[in-house]
Amino acid sequence: MSGALPQNPSRRSVLKGLGMAALAAGPLSACAFGSDDSNNTGSGPTGTKSADNPFGVAANAGLEVVIFKGGLGDAYATDVHEPMYKKEFPQANIKHVPTQQIAQTLQPRFASGDVPDVISNAGSDMMDNGALQGEGQLLDLTELFDAPALGGSGKVRDSLMPGSVEAGLVAGKPFLMKYIYTVYGLWYDSALFQKNNWAPATTFEEFDALLGKIKAAGLKPYAYAGKNASYYQYWMIAITAGKIAGNQVLIDMDNLKDGVWTSDPVRQAAEAWAMIGKKYLDPSFEGLIHTEVQTAQNQGQVGMYPSGSWLENEQKDQTPATFQYAVAPTPSVSASDKLPYGAVRAAAGESYIIPSKAKNRAGALEYMRIMLSKEGARGFTQKTGNITVVKGAADGLSLSPGNKSSNEALNKAGDNIITYNLFEDWYKEFETALRSKTNELMFGRISAEEFCKQVQAKADAVKADSSTPKQNRTS
Amino acid sequence: MRLPRGGARFVFGFLALPVLLYLVFMIGPYLQAFYLAFTDWRGVSASPHFNGIDNFVKLFKDEVFWKAVTHHLVLLVALPLITLVIGLFFAFLLNMGGGTKGVRGSKFYQAVFFFPQVLAVAVIGVLFQAMYRPDKAGVLNGLLDALGLPSVGWLTNPNLALWSLIAVLVWQSVGFYVVLFAAGMASIPQEVIEAAELDGCSKARMFFQVTLPLLWDTVQVAWVYLGIAAFDGFALVATLSVDRGGPDGATTVLPLEIWRNAFTFSKYGYASSMGVALFILSLTFAVLTLRVTRRERIEY
Repeated sequence: MSGALPQNPSRRSVLKGLGMAALAAGPLSACAFGSDDSNNTGSGPTGTKSADNPFGVAANAGLEVVIFKGGLGDAYATDVHEPMYKKEFPQANIKHVPTQQIAQTLQPRFASGDVPDVISNAGSDMMDNGALQGEGQLLDLTELFDAPALGGSGKVRDSLMPGSVEAGLVAGKPFLMKYIYTVYGLWYDSALFQKNNWAPATTFEEFDALLGKIKAAGLKPYAYAGKNASYYQYWMIAITAGKIAGNQVLIDMDNLKDGVWTSDPVRQAAEAWAMIGKKYLDPSFEGLIHTEVQTAQNQGQVGMYPSGSWLENEQKDQTPATFQYAVAPTPSVSASDKLPYGAVRAAAGESYIIPSKAKNRAGALEYMRIMLSKEGARGFTQKTGNITVVKGAADGLSLSPGNKSSNEALNKAGDNIITYNLFEDWYKEFETALRSKTNELMFGRISAEEFCKQVQAKADAVKADSSTPKQNRTS
Repeated sequence: MRLPRGGARFVFGFLALPVLLYLVFMIGPYLQAFYLAFTDWRGVSASPHFNGIDNFVKLFKDEVFWKAVTHHLVLLVALPLITLVIGLFFAFLLNMGGGTKGVRGSKFYQAVFFFPQVLAVAVIGVLFQAMYRPDKAGVLNGLLDALGLPSVGWLTNPNLALWSLIAVLVWQSVGFYVVLFAAGMASIPQEVIEAAELDGCSKARMFFQVTLPLLWDTVQVAWVYLGIAAFDGFALVATLSVDRGGPDGATTVLPLEIWRNAFTFSKYGYASSMGVALFILSLTFAVLTLRVTRRERIEY
């Protein structure tokens, strides 16, 4: 009867065997980080520089373009920019690589030195731009912004909306080309609001009353998606802090200044939003993702939703014809706020980068110059419905309700533009903690004071971490 | 058994290639991870800088790391315990202690219990997203709503989230252990069972004093398997939990933190040191389990 159960002396010996095998494997295995080839500067073939060809692109050099194929699709590259490049250099062979997983696709290539020429570094799996720059993997784009604008007059930098070049600064130099001009605020269905005689609130008291009315009408008055998009909410907290105390507080956040998160403006902003969360935020939203919440808004179940101007385009397949996207600025906290109610956050977003070891650097710069030309930007707006950083490129295009509303908000804001949080690019680790703490605050598990204290503690920890390269901005 | 002449060479000939592949693609990366754990590699340069035990000093002060370790300890106790109890119970019902027939339709149940095992983890993740959905569109909350009860934040309540995930892990693994134990029970000699029955042994007593002791080796193997599974959990936590490992780290596990530190924070060196910690933890567990549970084999 013996042997009915399997004998198992092998487990132990297998473990022992594995250990031996491990010792033997060393010399055989290929390295994840390859050999040191930092000598390879990879400038690639060059042609002669001229007024039409300011970077000296070699006409027959190949160009590899990696596009994040997310909400914007990749038709803007395949149907607009790449054909424009091809027209300039008919002999050039363009390799177009669409992907949703930028980091997974490109990180090993950066490690081995075999990099593409132009990358749209975007999506939830984007690479850490700060880390790339810190390792000397990014090309300084000063040359691009100083080149003559394609199909226009003056330099490229003069043809862009204010703050566009600055939005791409890392360590004081423009390493990122930020392409889309985005307006942030509270998004709602203007048709629904009109029908119910609701109007966006200018102060938090009014906001409280408005959300109360929306709740009474049977809707969920305010929502954001806690499962994967709690950053939409910390934007609102940051914007409100900026409205109270001016842009300096946002600059201090990015510079990891001591005590900025525990300072009065941030605490007031956190308190104001925590009150909204406590009274009007349905607990189920913490477990939903952004598209689920956005679709609920399209179905008329959600009043106001914090987001940016890409929202309308992202939702266009779910949006009923009667739904009219509109954006409202965040409400004021008090009459002594530094910036008026009409102040909005508007920023250049969506990073495009050129690796410093790109094989066709000149071609990549030229490709970006094409993107930043009026024609290229206009084509982008037509394909994606998003406005670019190129001044006046969308003039004359018939804009969607959401884009029209964004434009109106920008006109009303005038010079009162609230800047973006660059710590999202610079300090991913801090940003991740901020997301968690934002959910804790908005869904009522911690007070505004604890929120400020815990976020400040994380900022201090990142500041003290010598292995994270530090960035700085002054404006 | 003696191999025929030249047989050893023949066998090694076949084994050489898979072993080589295993060394290059499994053991090699392990060794590299050990090396990287002592560097500040950010994932994009070709030359990592050696920084001694800095990573490990940081690791021991890292609140998130300890949170993850605590979750592994909870998993390590809860997952095998719950899975084994349920698995043994079902297997016993299917076999009635071994040899004899189990409940009616036991072959059918055996197949049904096994279903979750053949589903990919990603499928299970998506399935349970629908189960646990926090609003009334969720399966569980829809049922609660139909009964007039308030919705439960299965994955949003920090005290509940980890247990909701453990429930999925148990659901997923129970079928395999039912089959494993059923096979073990089927091989228990008929005479032993019959003798016990003749002596008027009750079902419960039969289980605890006959079946379980004779099944001990299988249970031990199952415990090690489940223990090793308790050091993973990455895929389910990543697909199901709020904010990947949330709310506020309430469900995070080491593989997730390794992934986050490497691919989100670009701290490959630090992530590798976490990997080394995980390696040591799971190895310690395996060795301890084998030592503690070693006992005289029952011959029959």
